[in-house]
Amino acid sequence: MMNWTIAIPEIVLSCLGMVILIIGVLHKKSNAFHLCSMLTIGAAIITMLLVVAGSSGVGYSGLFVEDSFAVFSKLVILLGSLLGVIVSLDYNTEENLQRFEFPVLMLYATVGMMIMVSSTNMMSLYMGVELMSLAIYVLAAFARDDLRSSEAGLKYFVLGALASGLLLYGISLIYGFSGTMSFDRLASELTSLGNTSPGLIVGIVFLVTGLAFKISAVPFHMWTPDVYEGAPTPVTSFMATAPKVAAIVLFVRVMITPFGHLLAQWQQLIVLISLASMILSAFSSIGQSNIKRLMAYSSIGHVGYILVGLAAGTEIGVRGVLIYLVSYVFTISGMFACIIGMRRRGRSVEKIADLGGLSKTDPGMAASLSIFLFSTAGIPPFAGFLGKYFIFGAAVNAGLWTLAVIGILTSAVSAFYYLRIVKVMYFDQQEAPFDARPPALTLVAGISAAFTTLFIIFPAPIVAAASSAAKVIFG
Amino acid sequence: MVVGLEQYLAVSAMLLVIGIFGIFMNRKNVIVILMSIELILLAVNLNFVAFSAALDDLVGQVFVMFVLTVAAAEAAIGLAIVVIYFRNRGSIEVEDVTMMKG
Repeated sequence: MMNWTIAIPEIVLSCLGMVILIIGVLHKKSNAFHLCSMLTIGAAIITMLLVVAGSSGVGYSGLFVEDSFAVFSKLVILLGSLLGVIVSLDYNTEENLQRFEFPVLMLYATVGMMIMVSSTNMMSLYMGVELMSLAIYVLAAFARDDLRSSEAGLKYFVLGALASGLLLYGISLIYGFSGTMSFDRLASELTSLGNTSPGLIVGIVFLVTGLAFKISAVPFHMWTPDVYEGAPTPVTSFMATAPKVAAIVLFVRVMITPFGHLLAQWQQLIVLISLASMILSAFSSIGQSNIKRLMAYSSIGHVGYILVGLAAGTEIGVRGVLIYLVSYVFTISGMFACIIGMRRRGRSVEKIADLGGLSKTDPGMAASLSIFLFSTAGIPPFAGFLGKYFIFGAAVNAGLWTLAVIGILTSAVSAFYYLRIVKVMYFDQQEAPFDARPPALTLVAGISAAFTTLFIIFPAPIVAAASSAAKVIFG
Repeated sequence: MVVGLEQYLAVSAMLLVIGIFGIFMNRKNVIVILMSIELILLAVNLNFVAFSAALDDLVGQVFVMFVLTVAAAEAAIGLAIVVIYFRNRGSIEVEDVTMMKG
């Protein structure tokens, strides 16, 4: 059955993307970048409304589904992209990157992510992943006169393309050994088949490898620090939020829907990846002096914590993943808004030592950055604590005691270097003040700080939405 | 000898391994990496077509069309990135791609 109307948000967003592209080309004056960014923000808000108002169901002959799990993730993704476009406004103007293709590429990456989280077939999964990745390869290399940015783009492209290749090889084996690419039919086929062929298991391993590359989980994380450091900071901020959410949500759907009852087979794999990510992130972050690189290792660690929820393989585990993702998007966006604000005499600075004595020169930024650091470290009462609470609760519930204990230990280790930054800001020798912060960054940091602080008081709506979203994929 | 599914799968697995080794063992030229990526995608296509014929199901061949299209887009973007990298660095040797480390 066609039922094409369920994809209206994606269709509208891609059509608006083409319109914005045409406007950017035809616009004669030099400020097409600003205009196109504003139009992209508008398009994202319209799409959010359409996602909320849209009906649910399966369409496109079972290639595409709109359920509350997809709606929840799409809203988080659109929010992440929205914040990404906002923080890029002033940075790109300062760094002479004000080309109108920038917001349009972000928009098309967002369309790809929305297709990813709605896919119920290996074919739509692949198309979504590629639409997202191809746009982000270009974004990573967007500062084309900067060697570091082009090197980041090159590394991301080569490893991303390899990951896509492995993902595809996995899909081809799964298709060959089960005879179908649809998630639902795979699930019923695997249940009726009883035992699983080795070819299928190899296929699943390849698929997990490809997706682990996309979410930068250890041992497929090598690209992350280099790409995060080299890419322009707003692109890093974007890569750390929306695409990561999309890839993790896709990962959860693929593991739970078609391969849900093979939990015993893949649980060990996810536990291993998760452990390795948490431990590597905790210990490699210690020696970092570049804050963008530190954020890369920190994001690897977050993926480790999120995979704890997936390893549980239960409904509350998935609920924990979704809650963690919401707090993660807000915290990381706010943190990057502060990092983008680190500029002296028109040049951006990226060393942690540059934050010295920030509490005296800019108390507002120091306070909000501290909130984000406390939140990523998982210290109550901030949002990150709540995310970790739900994740580790689910792990304990599923009997994964060791995973929960190691998770808590590694978050204690990582608290060390997050708190070190707080110490640098409040107690270290004062550095020269940063340039005046543009209002857009203050807005993003303010909204994120408010959410991060107040989430623990009003968690009910998001927890309820995450619960009903998690229920759908187990239904 | 009848060429069956096994032979196709073996060739495709070999192409995949050659492609992966081409990416990791090659210390010379980034263009070789692009060729290796194409090789991996062709291995996948061969797999899909072989399975599609064996299962008597057209979905695999439809997927091949998508993969071919995406591979073309991917090659275009990859070459564009290599061009801007060359303009900044003056070289496309894999050993020179080491600005950032640690």
